[in-house]
Amino acid sequence: MKKAKLINPWIPYLFLSPFLLVFIVFMVYPLINSVILSMQQTFGADAKTFVFLDNFKDIFCNPLFYRSVWNTTLYTVGSLIIQVPLALALALMLNQPWLRGRTIYRLIIFSPALIGPIFVGVIFSIIFQRRTGLMNKLLHDLIGWNLDFPWLQEHAMVALLIAGAWMWVGFSMVYLLAALQQVSPTLMDAARIDGAGSFQRFRYITIPAIRPVLGFVILLSAINSLQLFELPFILFGYQGGPGGQGMTVVMFLYNNGFSYGDLGYASAIGWILALMTLIAVIVHHKVTRLFES
Amino acid sequence: MKTYKSELLLIQKFITYVLLVFFALLIITPFVWMLCGAFKSNADQFNHIFLPMGDGFLGVDWSRLTLEHILTVYGDLRFGNSMMNSFFLASVISLVSTFFAAMGGYTLAKFDFRGRKLCNYIVFLCLIVPPSLMLAPVYELLYQMGLLNTYWALLLPSMSSALGVFLFRQTCINSIPDELLDAARIDGASEWRIFIQIVIPIIRPMIGAFILISFLGTWNNFLQPQLYLQDEYKLPLSVAISQLRGAYATNYGAISAGTLISVAPVVMLFIFLQKEFITGLTRGAVKG
Repeated sequence: MKKAKLINPWIPYLFLSPFLLVFIVFMVYPLINSVILSMQQTFGADAKTFVFLDNFKDIFCNPLFYRSVWNTTLYTVGSLIIQVPLALALALMLNQPWLRGRTIYRLIIFSPALIGPIFVGVIFSIIFQRRTGLMNKLLHDLIGWNLDFPWLQEHAMVALLIAGAWMWVGFSMVYLLAALQQVSPTLMDAARIDGAGSFQRFRYITIPAIRPVLGFVILLSAINSLQLFELPFILFGYQGGPGGQGMTVVMFLYNNGFSYGDLGYASAIGWILALMTLIAVIVHHKVTRLFES
Repeated sequence: MKTYKSELLLIQKFITYVLLVFFALLIITPFVWMLCGAFKSNADQFNHIFLPMGDGFLGVDWSRLTLEHILTVYGDLRFGNSMMNSFFLASVISLVSTFFAAMGGYTLAKFDFRGRKLCNYIVFLCLIVPPSLMLAPVYELLYQMGLLNTYWALLLPSMSSALGVFLFRQTCINSIPDELLDAARIDGASEWRIFIQIVIPIIRPMIGAFILISFLGTWNNFLQPQLYLQDEYKLPLSVAISQLRGAYATNYGAISAGTLISVAPVVMLFIFLQKEFITGLTRGAVKG
């Protein structure tokens, strides 16, 4: 069927103009500018010197940069290993047809994802306190845990992984549950009649059916983990605690750009992080291909 | 055989409920702790994990609870003012960006025009550029435009959302029949009228979901207001609460009360609109 002719051919462009305007002013221009900025040393937004690739040279000689890359990678891999299986297990349990109170469990488990990382950070900054925090007190009462256990001082990454899991597991679970609910019940019944056990049904029907969403959840979770900022910023302070043990790449960028005022240096870090994200996407793509074949 | 099977199911049910209750408790405990902390006096803060025990109902000494922390954060710390700022920013941004996103998404889904493919790539590009890469150059741009320390710095870049355009595009492709639009055109309706009177009512569920998504996103946003705003009275809750770490670092009551009043509005909103929100959130991923 032929589409009716538009009276005014400019209509589509008119309807898209707010989006395109914001895109050009706040995306294209800054993106181009950040390439130039990354080759400048700046002090605030006004004083600039062209330094070509010195920013990148400097970054790759900065031990704090390696520390932040290591921490960010550790957090990304760690949270994938903890959160994805946990989210899948929770989603499978919530997808049982006989389950009562599904909505309320889903609401509770999802609720931490509603409250921004900054608020989660504030709550966990007192939860992880040594003698007075909830974590040590509760564990002490339950299993005789050491009340002085220094979560924030010496086990920064573990604390970060725990807070991150608390916050994000429900978010991944909601996606996986939505995918599970799309799995054809007829197919399941047919497999059951044919004598397939619950593990076989999981392996040969459920997993292939939810694979695209599973892949999406893994990718989204990895990309978000690489951008980790607010949680460690609040938990450990902007320097990332003693020796920068909780420093992430975005915190490193924030400190250089906005505490020390070098927007050029910060742009250079931004491009390195964009490259890291690209590598993560490519790895994800390759691994997905591998599983499909 | 049959009893063996039903016994197995019973065990499975039992284990599932135990695990779910366990995880639900794990998730809810920090909230409960915060809620208790907000109403406990400073003397009781460290002696009782949750509520102070006593002779009252449920073994809790209710008379020892206090409103002092709530009053502190509303009075000395001016959280009321910050809350109004958060409400203002989140409402304006969510309404305007949802409207523009719906307009853009509908156009990309239902119009044939030169450059449509390019626009689709643009949306995709916006979705994959890491937000932290934009921090320094956008800051410089806002400085050059003289918008730092004004709400325009937060409002203008958020007026349109690539995620929104993407989600509305998916929705319009799936739920708006071309025949309906053509019929309206033949009847002489203007494109603007078609969008307002036909398209918007059809995609209303997605509109509700996306308003909620961007409201939450703005309410919880910390980095941009932290960077762009200087004046104390302009700060939203997310920035105001981060400043409690200094002088109030050991005042668990004030911290708990501040967090409680910051998260309560969004949690309430979500409880009422849970279904719409989750449908909107998962739509792009699950139905592709």
